[in-house]
Amino acid sequence: MAYSDKVIEHYNHPRNVGSLPKEDPNVGTGLVGAPECGDVMKLQMKINPDTRVIEEAKFKTFGCGSAIASSSLATEWVKGKTVEEALAIKNTDIVRELSLPPVKIHCSVLAEDAIKAAIGDWKKKRGDEAEAK
Amino acid sequence: MAIKTPIYMDYHATTPVDPRVLEAMLPYFNERFGNSASRNHAFGWTAEEAVENARAQIARLINATPKEIIFTSGATESNNLALKGAAEMYREKGNHIITQVTEHKAVLDTCKRLEKYGYEVTYLPVGKDGRVNPEDVRKAITPKTIIISIMYANNEIGVVQPIAEIGKIAKEKGVLLHSDGVQAIGKIPVDVQADNIDMLSMTAHKIYGPKGVGALYVRRRNPRVQLSSILDGGGHERGMRSGTLNVPGIVGFGKACEICMNEMPAESARMLALRNRLQKGLEAKLDEIYINGTMEHHLPNNLNMSFAFVEGESLLMGINDIAVSSGSACTSATLEPSYVLKALGVGEDLAHTSIRFGLGRFNTEEEVDYVVNRMYEVVSRLRELSPLYEMAKEGIDVSKMQWNVTSAEH
Repeated sequence: MAYSDKVIEHYNHPRNVGSLPKEDPNVGTGLVGAPECGDVMKLQMKINPDTRVIEEAKFKTFGCGSAIASSSLATEWVKGKTVEEALAIKNTDIVRELSLPPVKIHCSVLAEDAIKAAIGDWKKKRGDEAEAK
Repeated sequence: MAIKTPIYMDYHATTPVDPRVLEAMLPYFNERFGNSASRNHAFGWTAEEAVENARAQIARLINATPKEIIFTSGATESNNLALKGAAEMYREKGNHIITQVTEHKAVLDTCKRLEKYGYEVTYLPVGKDGRVNPEDVRKAITPKTIIISIMYANNEIGVVQPIAEIGKIAKEKGVLLHSDGVQAIGKIPVDVQADNIDMLSMTAHKIYGPKGVGALYVRRRNPRVQLSSILDGGGHERGMRSGTLNVPGIVGFGKACEICMNEMPAESARMLALRNRLQKGLEAKLDEIYINGTMEHHLPNNLNMSFAFVEGESLLMGINDIAVSSGSACTSATLEPSYVLKALGVGEDLAHTSIRFGLGRFNTEEEVDYVVNRMYEVVSRLRELSPLYEMAKEGIDVSKMQWNVTSAEH
């Protein structure tokens, strides 16, 4: 399968690889996917509690090149955005940016899920159960 | 010596034509272009002589007689002809077929088609080692059983089946034994007499011959096997396979068999040394890597390994100057990992991390060392990227975790 140049670029130079301290009250962690399915994404964000701006984002991904690229791109996009702005990112935006073929759309869905899961975790930590839904 | 990339290490998929094979084939494209079925002029006789010479070369490799070799377009056709041809021919005797789960799709899907036509098929399981238990074969045989189809060696994991033991049982019970011998012939000794094989599928392009030509060995004595043809026409190949013979291809196939026959002892020792070098090299540099299938009964040129915590397709993307195959099927429409590895009881998580190395005639020690180093670099880099590796290092048993089923689940 031929990969788009952008997927290859993210695969060769993934942005924001790493981990943030899970216990930090300002850090939200999203872990989505399953090893049996061949994709697991861990996305973490450090969020300023006052401005609700995502100051830092890190990821680690087990998965194909498109999954790695989708999560790398997600960290790039959420950085500097508010929680609300980050939640507005749709998987279709990722598909378009990376020119993902139909069989790889699930990678973008997983990245969107990871963003939502990380923000959900952060909200839960703040004790804001209602907001965490 | 400088390494030339890309390196080809996917010899189970196909092989380049050996220069000696190509040389033998070339005259049969133009100067000796005759139709081997033309009985009344020299052009036909020349072609026929070449075909008969090739038939003898192929027969020698598997200890058969030339008349028992039926030419086809390749192993897929050979498997179809063996199963469909025998199923139809022996329909009155019974309708039961025994096969096993790690067969090639050309056998499994042919069996599925036969099920639609009223045949009953038993798909035997394999053990963790990838082998069928011959006693399971014995127990599965009923008075209605007409064919047992068990491959000689597996194309993904290189595991060699206990064919001689199964052959003995088949013979004793009077059931025909078909074997898909594609990966085995030319690599390890295959003897249709000693193994009691009644039909053996073969193809040229896995043994340094051309693509598009194969053969089916069909036993003529003890018992005399008869097959209904699946292609109707001029009644070539003793009526079992109509169609003008692919003379240059057949000449190449014959030559390829002759070379394998002469060079097998030296070549298989060299393959084994390269394979061991690859395996030891990888094991010395990387932890958490696992061999799939038993190494005790194994093709000398195969290594199938899982590189835990690193998804196979991303690994292939990283080693893009090396041609190997992955058991992860992220590229396929189904997204299912290898059914062969699943049949062995390899967890789906590890199945997604598997790589098949297929060594061959033109690989060198330098290439093996290069592959070991590249694998080490890429696996290390991807493990740094892998949340599963991080969890494992923290002491979390990834296989026991509860994974959230998300909307991306498939």
